[in-house]
Amino acid sequence: MTSLPSHTERSLGLVIDLDTCVGCHACVTACKGWNTENYGAPLADADAYGPNPVGSFLNRIHSYEIQPATGPAQVVHFPKSCLHCADAPCVTVCPTGASYKRAEDGIVLVNESDCIGCGLCAWACPYGAREMDPEEQVMKKCTLCVDRIYNENLPEEDRQPACVRTCPAGARHFGDLSDPESDVSRLVAERGGIELMPEQGTAPVNRYLPPRPKDEVPELDVLAPFLEPVAEDSKGFVGWLDRTLSTLP
Amino acid sequence: MHPAPSIILFTTLSGLGFGMLAFLGLDPVPPMGWSAFAFLFVAYSLAVSGLLASTFHLGHPERALKAFTQWRSSWLSREAWVSLLALSAMAPYGIGLVFLDQAWRVPGVAGGVLSVATVFATSMIYLQMRTVPRWNHWSPPALFLGFALAGGALMTGRVSVALWALPLLGVVQVAAWIDQERREKATETDLATATGLGHVGRVRAFESPHTGESYLTREMVFQVARRHALALKVASVLLFTVIPVVLLLLPFTHFLVVPAAASHLLGALIQRWLFFAEARHVVAQYYGRWDMTGMRRG
Repeated sequence: MTSLPSHTERSLGLVIDLDTCVGCHACVTACKGWNTENYGAPLADADAYGPNPVGSFLNRIHSYEIQPATGPAQVVHFPKSCLHCADAPCVTVCPTGASYKRAEDGIVLVNESDCIGCGLCAWACPYGAREMDPEEQVMKKCTLCVDRIYNENLPEEDRQPACVRTCPAGARHFGDLSDPESDVSRLVAERGGIELMPEQGTAPVNRYLPPRPKDEVPELDVLAPFLEPVAEDSKGFVGWLDRTLSTLP
Repeated sequence: MHPAPSIILFTTLSGLGFGMLAFLGLDPVPPMGWSAFAFLFVAYSLAVSGLLASTFHLGHPERALKAFTQWRSSWLSREAWVSLLALSAMAPYGIGLVFLDQAWRVPGVAGGVLSVATVFATSMIYLQMRTVPRWNHWSPPALFLGFALAGGALMTGRVSVALWALPLLGVVQVAAWIDQERREKATETDLATATGLGHVGRVRAFESPHTGESYLTREMVFQVARRHALALKVASVLLFTVIPVVLLLLPFTHFLVVPAAASHLLGALIQRWLFFAEARHVVAQYYGRWDMTGMRRG
């Protein structure tokens, strides 16, 4: 059913720390690996070794340069995947009921056997979180690794999304954002987590932690302010050298 | 947005077909016999071929029947229903007109109203897209209904109606182009809100996630040279309004309706191509390509 649930028991999602993400794309690779080998149609590549390779990915890393009012610019690596919106426009536009949001945990999923590949959900998503698979011609999107997080055949530490499990910088966190006491909610509160494009009215669940302010560069020589200023009217050999060099054309 | 030929053909042809059906169904003195057959044949061919064209862009057309299930929430599903109902209501009405010399009002009026509703449902698919500011606007229903009704009047030979509907459509189209521009400029979404990092400083896209193109950039970050936009707009208005009106004002013969309709259809196809090609999707912000999309680059 492509009507949205009025309430979800939990709101599972990701919190992505833009301060610690190093832009290594390990989460992209882990995501593609897990989601190609497990639930749903494999994430295909077309023309993989040709001049125009394209492929479906559920997670992509942008990089942005931010120029503050003062000081040097900084580069921020910006992983982007489905934000599992509370008011997901991709779900309500679906004509077949293939797109749905789960009432129990808020995960937005696609039932691939019902998907006609019309692409309307990808148009409705402002974040570019949905991609049509070039081989299977069904819509692919982040499942929050629904086949890992509840999978009792996996060791407990692996029961989290592949991107979170693999991140070498610890920049990705997974949890229930509807519970104010969860680790992810506390992290969002502590670091001022932001939602993307709030004006689009999608009420995304995922949050992004902005880069922390850069440290001020400290004065390296604490005695320098007390030293005599450089003499303007030097005398002796240095003074002669200064005057001689100044006369050169 | 990528102007897919299947969607351009679908919206244009089926719009015209349903516009013709609306006039045939609501006409208090409809044509009868062979004349009714000719009009209904053209109208049904356009409407059905448009609907068939729309399945060409589906990844899995064999599952198309599932699109009838979500009418409570989805405009695409509603469109599937009202188009089917319109064609079903017009069928007995058409049989009455062609074979029995009977104009049954109930299926006729129902079919006419449902035909207009079909075009409206199509337009709402575009209007509901907050992600595409140009469409999230009064213009899709006004234009889609305008083209269906003005084109329908022309194609069913209602010269007196077409003579004021076509110029009115031209005025609505020009107003829509101007106001769509304003709507797009008024959008609050930019790279600062897209990344949530506007409070840190000025955000600029530094590196794309992928070196080549992707489904997202091909489908929603469409780029085309801007220098053609104005020429295409002028050509389109000339073809869908000015030339048909001039042809209709000439001493009337049935023969002139054919070139007038052909000109109108060609203009409508150019208009529909622009409707997609000019529309910018906010996801282009993430790629730093908002200013380059939608016929922006010179």
